[in-house]
Amino acid sequence: MTDEPVVVLDDVWRTYPAGVRAVRGVSVRIGRGELVAIVGPSGSGKSTLLHLMGTLDRPSSGAVVVDGMDVGTLGDRRLSALRAHRIGFVFQQFHLPVGVSTQDIVADGLLYSGLPLARRRARAVRALTDCGLDHRLAHRPNQLSGGEQQRVAVARAIVGTPALLLADEPTGNLDTRSGAEVMRLLHGLNAAGTTIVVITHNDEIAASLPRRIAVRDGEIVSDSRETQA
Amino acid sequence: MTDVLPPARLAARDLVRVSASGLRARPLRVLLSALGIAIGIGAMVAVVGISSSSQARLNAELNRLGTNLLTVSAGKTLFGDNAKLPAESVRMVARVGPVTSASGTGKVGDARVYRNDRIPADRSGGIVVLATRLDLLGTVGTDVASGTWLNAATARYPAAVLGADTARILGIAHASPEVQVWLGGRWFTVIGILDRAPLAPELDNAALVGWPVAQAALGFDGHPSTIYERSPDSAVAAVRDVLARTANPESPEEVVVSRPSDALAARAAANQSFAGLLLGVGAVALLVGGIGVANTMVISVLERRGEIGLRRALGATRGMIRSQFLAEALLLSVLGGVSGVVIGVGATAAFATTRDWPVTVPAYAIGGALVATALIGALAGLYPAMRAARLSPTEAIATT
Repeated sequence: MTDEPVVVLDDVWRTYPAGVRAVRGVSVRIGRGELVAIVGPSGSGKSTLLHLMGTLDRPSSGAVVVDGMDVGTLGDRRLSALRAHRIGFVFQQFHLPVGVSTQDIVADGLLYSGLPLARRRARAVRALTDCGLDHRLAHRPNQLSGGEQQRVAVARAIVGTPALLLADEPTGNLDTRSGAEVMRLLHGLNAAGTTIVVITHNDEIAASLPRRIAVRDGEIVSDSRETQA
Repeated sequence: MTDVLPPARLAARDLVRVSASGLRARPLRVLLSALGIAIGIGAMVAVVGISSSSQARLNAELNRLGTNLLTVSAGKTLFGDNAKLPAESVRMVARVGPVTSASGTGKVGDARVYRNDRIPADRSGGIVVLATRLDLLGTVGTDVASGTWLNAATARYPAAVLGADTARILGIAHASPEVQVWLGGRWFTVIGILDRAPLAPELDNAALVGWPVAQAALGFDGHPSTIYERSPDSAVAAVRDVLARTANPESPEEVVVSRPSDALAARAAANQSFAGLLLGVGAVALLVGGIGVANTMVISVLERRGEIGLRRALGATRGMIRSQFLAEALLLSVLGGVSGVVIGVGATAAFATTRDWPVTVPAYAIGGALVATALIGALAGLYPAMRAARLSPTEAIATT
């Protein structure tokens, strides 16, 4: 799609100490501006794949390159900086601290980026506006619906304008309507240029995304692209 | 193409904000574990504060009374009988070069004091009758609380000045010409009551009468039993060396020389050693408080694995996670320490005020308390913080 891919996995293996091979020789490239679903049953290794792309985990062998940087050559501090600046995460759990305002929760998405508090807060307003939550700046998580809470988590993930947004079952804790709301947001962000990888076991959601990578037993079984209507 | 990104540092202000919000999320637990530290620090500050307030009071008192008073009293003879000082010994002592004033009292052997003549003889209340020289008050450094002191005229007549305890025992609040006591088998008019004499406590339970009347009416032999003298501070040691020989040249070994201010200081020192014990108890409380903080932090790390995972995903380094939990432990323990100092100073102030002592809490006690809490916080937080930092991000995220 574009010349320089955001994520490159080259013959990546991940073996856990107990001998479980979660990822077996996966090679995949994700280009800039893509919206990709990684689909597979639980235990298929899709979460491990996401952790590897997000540099939260290191491959046992093989190379992971994120936004041009080879993860294997970076220490904890550099990897953390890479996550702070280039990668955003959305999890199935919203991970929103109680009693903190929406704006401050999103601003904390930049806590480890080195920006001063005032700039972090200003950018939080922008990210919340992008996620359609500009009317909820002072609300606390318990005053928001589930869908709104997950959208706050998305705002926190994109507040640093990351090159890559990784979403691990982002609709797993939501009802269908709220889930659709979050997926609409992700589509919108992708249309604005963000590269997004969504992990899901929901075929319906996977079918709605332009590229689907199916995973089973740690291997890619299919990688299908669909020209959008 | 992107260069290697610079790893950011967490600004001190952000660190405090993050750790404070961590504590705010669990207020009751924070309160309880800070309380442990507060009790320990409070106890220690109060012990130091109270004992230094007591020391300050003693110093003020010694300052007022002076430490240059020496007393010479008759001891025992070689055979164990009560010795006597020569009748002229007060004058002899007064003649020693540096001595600025000297006075004396003589015990009137058999005389007893009663409120009136109907009191059974055996209920004498332990009151001693002393014949006194007229310059006694200036030398001893005490004053008349009520009435007047003896003068050349009243010293010849049955007039008595009562010590502070004597007046209390006899139930006499004020001296007046109408108040009489049954002293040595005759009526004596109470013309004065003394203040307490901290440097001569033997005066507190005595009834003082003039030297002439004691000799004339009470069978007093004229031998002083105690001599009081003052000299400049620099000469006290030198005077002390010659006092025994001056007072009783024939048998200086029968003379006891003492410095009453030493006894006051010794009593204070005895209190100090007790304070040391209490300080130890406070230290144990502080240690237990520190363990409480460590325990709280360990539990906190276990509970907050999800948060740790999220922060790692947001780009926190291991070091930043470690700093966060360390700062939380520090903040928690300093919170306890500061409340402890407030409690300790408050307790000292309350205790000292009820006793009319000056309130003194040394700066080193407050500084030491805060340093100690910071140290305890750091120690208590170290292990939990390292555990939090070692947690692998994937494991942390997976647990929620």
